[in-house]
Amino acid sequence: MKMLNQVKISFYSRSINEGFARAALAAFLVQADPTVPQLADIKTAVSEAVTNCIVHAYPGAIGLVTLRAALYEGGIVRITVSDKGVGIADVARAMEPLYTTGNPDERAGLGFAVMQSFMDKVRVTSAPGRGTRVTMVKRLDVQDALPAARG
Amino acid sequence: MAKVWFIPAGGTLAAYLSGEIDHHAAQSLRREIDAQIDTHMPELLALDFSGVTFMDSSGVGLILGRGRYISSLGGRLTVQNPPPQICKMLDLARIHYV
Repeated sequence: MKMLNQVKISFYSRSINEGFARAALAAFLVQADPTVPQLADIKTAVSEAVTNCIVHAYPGAIGLVTLRAALYEGGIVRITVSDKGVGIADVARAMEPLYTTGNPDERAGLGFAVMQSFMDKVRVTSAPGRGTRVTMVKRLDVQDALPAARG
Repeated sequence: MAKVWFIPAGGTLAAYLSGEIDHHAAQSLRREIDAQIDTHMPELLALDFSGVTFMDSSGVGLILGRGRYISSLGGRLTVQNPPPQICKMLDLARIHYV
């Protein structure tokens, strides 16, 4: 599967950057001509992954969050959101719907459930003390995929 | 950037949300809505999502948190007029809307 284009952006784990990450990703994906619902799905999933980094990765501190997005032939979008924060000891448990270590009165615990529902594939790898990486893939409904990216 | 404006009428407090609701925006929305609940003590809090252009699960947390708060005061909450993409999020979270 041939990669046509990719981007890598790193930013501080400040909550104001949640909107920046979505906007930057949407700007990159314009060349793939996604449908409005597909773009909304991807933006939502990325917002969940970035928010997880901001809320959980660096308790009481600010660290870097890295967003990578790649476009492949056939309308495949692959997105990775990673941090070098505290990591997750039990990934399977963290991915259970309604599980949250955030404030249970204000956090729904649905982040990973949303990523899995809105994207085709989600994979999470993490090591305590070394950080977490979320990789998500979605296939866009495009007839002639990414003509602009070939230029 | 999200905003909320309020119309109190009788026992109802209508909160018209607009813009993008994420974890960042939810923090200030929560403070604004709770302050209005404390001022008006409504029987019904109507959260209107017709102007919302983006919402992740932070919006679900915002709704559930306000629902718990107003229930603790003897009131109730409705969610109304969500655009299609927000319906998808609400359906996933099993939040009823009109």
